[in-house]
Amino acid sequence: MELAIFVLLAGTALGSAILVVFHRNPVSSTMSLVVTLVATAGLFLMLGSPFLAALQILLYTGAILVLFLFVIMLLNVRRERTIHSRAPGLTWGAAICSAIFAGATMRLFWAAYATAPTPPLDAEAFSLRAVARELFSTYLLPFEIIGLLLLVAVVAASWIAKRPGPGEPGEVP
Amino acid sequence: MSVPILWYLLLAGALFAIGAFGALTRRSGIAVFLSIELMLNAANLTLVAYSRLLGDRTGQMLVFFALAVAAAEAAVGLALFIGIYRLRRTIDVGRMNLMRW
Repeated sequence: MELAIFVLLAGTALGSAILVVFHRNPVSSTMSLVVTLVATAGLFLMLGSPFLAALQILLYTGAILVLFLFVIMLLNVRRERTIHSRAPGLTWGAAICSAIFAGATMRLFWAAYATAPTPPLDAEAFSLRAVARELFSTYLLPFEIIGLLLLVAVVAASWIAKRPGPGEPGEVP
Repeated sequence: MSVPILWYLLLAGALFAIGAFGALTRRSGIAVFLSIELMLNAANLTLVAYSRLLGDRTGQMLVFFALAVAAAEAAVGLALFIGIYRLRRTIDVGRMNLMRW
């Protein structure tokens, strides 16, 4: 049963990831990425972290990808005529590099302790209560810094994307 | 039947490679950005899988902070694309040559 769910989620994630890379229409690419991220959220759930699964759906698909869709519609990006780079050598080189990288990574992951049956889930250590306690005690300072970083990013983003005033570069005639 | 953690790791490796291919070859800046998000997601999956394998919450904490940083990165990156589009009327990464010599 668990195996069937895993195969389903993994297949969905892989298939839609390939669509992200090969789809010409940027809106369809983004929607495929939504599917990949939701499938990954399901995998997070299977790995015993419902907190991250919820966060993934709320933050990634709910906020970040909606931002992507807004920008795509704002910029009115056309379908690309040739989706990949003009130089065919670059495409082949990138494909070979990615394949070598995937092979090396998978070889690295292929350790004895990873193939062994998974140890039973420690429900106490992985509970939402324990995660929250650790987040607000051990990781309190990084948590606050992340808040500051988000504030800075929002201010910077709205300044960068604002309509340029008269005389500034990028002024729309 | 329980699924070995290795399968999650292999899936993450495959997702990362697909994202890397897209980031290297796509021409639209938005599509490159989407591919980078895909790679980030694969890295997160690896962290959660190892967290489950080792019974250690640190991986989950890392993923939490990675998600928050990804939100900041997406906001600034997309704002940059809007700015570049205003200046150049294109977001084709092959035609962005402002910082090339």
